[in-house]
Amino acid sequence: MFANCIDRFRALFLSILLLSCLTVPALAGPFEDSVAKFANDEFSDTEAAIGEVAASGNALASPIISALQDGRLSADPDSKKVFITRTDGKIVDAATGAAVDKLPDNAAAVRLNNRLRRTVEAALGGLTLLSPDPAKRLAAAQSVFKSHEENVLPTVESALAKESVKSVKQAFAEARAAIILFKSDASDSDKLDAVAVVKARGDQEALALLTALGADQPPLVANAAASAVSSIQSNLAMWSMVQNAWYGVSLGSVLLLAAIGLAITFGVMGVINMAHGEMVMLGAYTTFVVQEVIRSRYPALFDYSLLIAVPLAFLVAGLIGVLIERTIIRFLYGRPLETLLATWGLSLVLQQAVRTAFGPTNREVGNPSWMSGAFELGQITITYNRLWILCFTLAVFAILLAMLRYTALGLEMRAVTQNRRMAASMGIATSRVDALTFGLGSGIAGIAGVALSQIDNVSPNLGQSYIIDSFMVVVFGGVGNLWGTLVGAFTLGIANKFLEPVAGAVLGKIAILVLIILFIQKRPRGLFALKGRAVEA
Amino acid sequence: MTPHILTRSLDRAATAFVLIVAAIGVLIPLSNLLLPQGSMFQVPTYLVALWGKYVCYAILALSIDLIWGYCGILSLGHGAFFALGGYAMGMYLMRQIGSRGVYGNPILPDFMVFLNWSKLPWYWYGFDKFWFAALMVLLVPGLLAFCFGWLAFRSRVTGVYLSIITQAMTYALLLAFFRNDFGFGGNNGLTDFKDILGFNVQAEGTRAALFLLSCLALIIAFLISRAIVASKLGKVLIAVRDAESRTRFLGYRVESYKLFVFTLSACMAGVAGALYVPQVGIINPSEFAPANSIEAVIWVAVGGRGTLVGAALGAVVVNYAKTFFTSGPLAPYWLFMLGALFILVTLLLPKGIVGTFNSWWEKARHSSPDADSAAREDGIGAPNAAE
Amino acid sequence: MLTQLTHGIATMTRRRALAATAGLVLGLAASSSLAPAQAADDTIKVGILHSLSGTMAISETTLKDTILFLIDEQNKKGGVLGKKLEPVVVDPASNWPLFAEKARELITKDKVAVVFGCWTSVSRKSVLPVFKELNNILFYPVQYEGEESERNVFYTGAAPNQQAIPAVDYLMKEEKVKRWVLAGTDYVYPRTTNKILEAYLKSKGVAQDDIMINYTPFGHSDWQTIVADIKKFGSAGKKTAVVSTINGDANVPFYKELGNQGIKATDIPVVAFSVGEEELAGIDTKPLLGHLAAWNYFESIKTPANEKFIKEWQAYTKNPKRVTNDPMEAHYIGFNMWVKAVEKVKSTDPDKVIDALPGIEAPNLTGGVSQMLPNHHITKPVFIGEIKGNGQFDVVWKTPGLVAGDAWSKELEGSKDLIGDWVGKKCGNFNTKTNKCGGQGS
Repeated sequence: MFANCIDRFRALFLSILLLSCLTVPALAGPFEDSVAKFANDEFSDTEAAIGEVAASGNALASPIISALQDGRLSADPDSKKVFITRTDGKIVDAATGAAVDKLPDNAAAVRLNNRLRRTVEAALGGLTLLSPDPAKRLAAAQSVFKSHEENVLPTVESALAKESVKSVKQAFAEARAAIILFKSDASDSDKLDAVAVVKARGDQEALALLTALGADQPPLVANAAASAVSSIQSNLAMWSMVQNAWYGVSLGSVLLLAAIGLAITFGVMGVINMAHGEMVMLGAYTTFVVQEVIRSRYPALFDYSLLIAVPLAFLVAGLIGVLIERTIIRFLYGRPLETLLATWGLSLVLQQAVRTAFGPTNREVGNPSWMSGAFELGQITITYNRLWILCFTLAVFAILLAMLRYTALGLEMRAVTQNRRMAASMGIATSRVDALTFGLGSGIAGIAGVALSQIDNVSPNLGQSYIIDSFMVVVFGGVGNLWGTLVGAFTLGIANKFLEPVAGAVLGKIAILVLIILFIQKRPRGLFALKGRAVEA
Repeated sequence: MTPHILTRSLDRAATAFVLIVAAIGVLIPLSNLLLPQGSMFQVPTYLVALWGKYVCYAILALSIDLIWGYCGILSLGHGAFFALGGYAMGMYLMRQIGSRGVYGNPILPDFMVFLNWSKLPWYWYGFDKFWFAALMVLLVPGLLAFCFGWLAFRSRVTGVYLSIITQAMTYALLLAFFRNDFGFGGNNGLTDFKDILGFNVQAEGTRAALFLLSCLALIIAFLISRAIVASKLGKVLIAVRDAESRTRFLGYRVESYKLFVFTLSACMAGVAGALYVPQVGIINPSEFAPANSIEAVIWVAVGGRGTLVGAALGAVVVNYAKTFFTSGPLAPYWLFMLGALFILVTLLLPKGIVGTFNSWWEKARHSSPDADSAAREDGIGAPNAAE
Repeated sequence: MLTQLTHGIATMTRRRALAATAGLVLGLAASSSLAPAQAADDTIKVGILHSLSGTMAISETTLKDTILFLIDEQNKKGGVLGKKLEPVVVDPASNWPLFAEKARELITKDKVAVVFGCWTSVSRKSVLPVFKELNNILFYPVQYEGEESERNVFYTGAAPNQQAIPAVDYLMKEEKVKRWVLAGTDYVYPRTTNKILEAYLKSKGVAQDDIMINYTPFGHSDWQTIVADIKKFGSAGKKTAVVSTINGDANVPFYKELGNQGIKATDIPVVAFSVGEEELAGIDTKPLLGHLAAWNYFESIKTPANEKFIKEWQAYTKNPKRVTNDPMEAHYIGFNMWVKAVEKVKSTDPDKVIDALPGIEAPNLTGGVSQMLPNHHITKPVFIGEIKGNGQFDVVWKTPGLVAGDAWSKELEGSKDLIGDWVGKKCGNFNTKTNKCGGQGS
């Protein structure tokens, strides 16, 4: 921790220097030599160069350091010349600021390692305490909260006084409190106020700060800190329950998404489709192909790639599903266990086909920007991809339910499920309904693949890892009932996530399986059992 | 009574099966041991080991056919009983290594020394004696099946629900045995065996003897299954398969019949596993994988569900196909072949190889169907099951 | 019953049955003995035992291609001992007992001179008895947990002291890490590596409270809880790092979750031992910038040998984007060592080649020369690389020289006195305290 502080301190110190010198006109002299050190391709020289460049007060210092952070700083090892590629694509000589036509052939980006990256980051962070951009000021305040260096106190205080944005002002107040807590000559009452501010923040980092406070504080402050620690801890414990619940819901949505298609082919049609997982996999590979095309032809559309992939995946998997139904499954109605055998064979063929076509290794499916990152809700972190998957799953579920209830096809499907012969007598083309139902189930598996490609491997084995869980969900919820599948998926997801912190990931999973086995003893037909004559099959 | 049941159950096809297995069991080891190496008719040792494996799979297939083909219980977790039998044998073989392990610890197997275990866990006690291990080979799978079946059959869990919870069982065991803390060697399982009953497991003589024993076990399992199927008990089982509720209403305690045959079948699978381990040289959690159990069910379906000979044959045919396709220039494409085989068999030979052959034979002879005709499928979740 | 049986036998059934059996046994014997008879003597057969289907195909298929490529190159140079090399490819399908079966088939039926293969430890353990019994040679190219030195196996991947320990040293020195998360998949390699690391860290004064050990099942895909735990563990005020022995398939969701929960390498760096160029090819690496991996080879290392290798490999696979990785280099070294040993003794007889191999030197792709040691491990340099935005690694640190592989870890109680020496002692687990070779019975 100590070394870490030194790192931060050094960076901060540099940045302040940088900041204070920016207003001073550029000095001639050793600046060019310092910049040339970037070309030595040694981390120690790069570090020295950062320090010297920052200390130089040259107007180019800030662009150089931010270019370094973004990998836009390149150096020619032979001529020792260093270049900045500006964000608009123009290239300038880093030492002189003169425009250059193009980079020399042997120029390479200046390398960073984690330590340097931290130095650069903290330097830029400190630099931006007074930045006009509130987001940057917020980030800077947060980095000061972590480093709590005494000598930025005046800057923080003046920033606090000037600040008008509420959230940033709050962050500056917390940063100031953090500094005061660790300031040896601060008065007790100031420190007590600081403890209160930090306590109000109440998160993991506040806890870390207070625990790191040490025992050499005056008793009054130490007591206040101790009580703040315990109150934050109990608060966090409560939040961790909320967090587990959220993780459970999120896991449940993944399970539901993987199982919905199966709930149709297996639950509604009674076909034990072992190739269901492969339909999911095909959906994921469709996403991959869509992204490949977009990357090479229309890079601007990348953020829409998933929206394009969803209908395509539905069509690809759905059409393959119809094809399977027409060529294999339809000969096996009335012999459902043989569908298990045939679809198992089919899943082997599909896996190997994908392996042959796309290679055995993982394929890269990128996250669009709106699916990357996370936001804080209270004391928990919610990642966007999980949130979108949850929304997506619920939407798919709602659409499916509406389709079954309000469309003609849905009506026919329900009729065929309940009494095939009677439905046929009423003029429903049962074989057409079978094909469409199987296609629908497969298509939904396909769009599940689009979502799963965002959180899992896209490899030929993708489907295999979901098939068992999907069957568990459908059977647990009750075959033939979509609501059962919904409740089953969320129950299993949440139970799993509450067990995991207690028992560990492996034992938690075993416990869930044992619970399912025992639950089925209690309710041999799942949570929501179908009633009526259809049951005695 | 027993001889009577046996004789009655032995029709010609069954006699032929027993004789063929017995002949293979004697001729292959003899050819391997007595004929000079490199002779045209000498069966090389690797084939003895390979066929030993097939024979063990055949016993497993037989045990599945007994419950699925004749009682309508589709277990997608029978691999678990096979693996438990295998582990019991593996633990005996581990204890036989004694101080010849790499760390030279006379009591603890290598994997325990290596993870700093200081003493043998209690559940490893007794496995240094063969009789105890042999008992466990039957008891552990049998007991698990008994408890599992007692719960499941009493609560009338049937059809696909039963299939899925058997799958959950084997999956849970897979995860448990993967755990190193569980004390069964984790993912690596048990391996590097030295002796069985004082004989070197790698010696040709031992392999030949194990092969002979496996064939013997197959014959015994076959005769037992045959006897059950042909007896009055067998008739009740078939009745349960075809109309469980009706059988119950006729006054039979369906649960007890199912429980008996399920437990027996698990014991048979355990024996198969126990014979499999010394011949293959390793037992590890992947044997619990649900895919393995599904594959075993597929052997039965390929060979002919409800025909005992077919189950055994199916196991051999599918595994031979696997061995054949996974070598040579076809290796990268073997899954296509195997997958296509499954699809084609289902579509073109719905009764499996033996079932189809039987009905063809019956038709050709224009005689009345045998007791051994192909099984009627039960309608688990069939689209037209509501009829 | 007996009468019935004899009666049965007396009928036609007996003849049919016996004829069928005899036919079957003859057929078996003939098919097995005829096949090798066709094998001409003008080639040397090389067995390739890598899964081409199933869960491990993702990693192992590349290694099959590597050996095919190396054989092709060698044949262009005229083969070995004036004979062409002939690859024999089998697919053990990620099924461990099938590995043993296929190994037996390669050695007995195809009569290969050497086998290159296996990835997981369990597959190696599964074939080990077969190689010992039939006395053949296996080259094993993957980093593993150590604690093994067998006469018939040559370990060209890293032992724990060639990967894990240098990586931890780097983090301690360069990143000043004080708190450690050891996260792994629950199987032998992570368990052992973490045991060794735990012992090592404690010997360096790290307190028990500052070590968090976590195991997950194979193919674990829901990392929310664990990543949140890591974040929590890392916010205790001390610099924290994650040492990951998470197995291949589970890595992609793990890194995706790390990226999404905003854990950056500058906050909590993750150093991985099982993530290479091949694994990164399936992830968008921009959020992973700066996370680390420790290997004995990186594709990005600029040496003439490496550049040539990459160029020829991409030409051979007709794919200009095909990456190279550490286990490939291990096969490259192992293959060349085998060729040299065979040329030295002018024979492919396994006994002679096994005796000749220790001491053989072969250049690696990073500018050094690796040597086969008496314990059947090799000397290798250790590199630490940081993940770059383009799916490659940037080497930030390397050992000054080559590190000799330890078959037996010095950090573990059970093995600290053991050494493997197949030259002088003719023993894989020689106890230097008792001066006895273990495993022979007391």
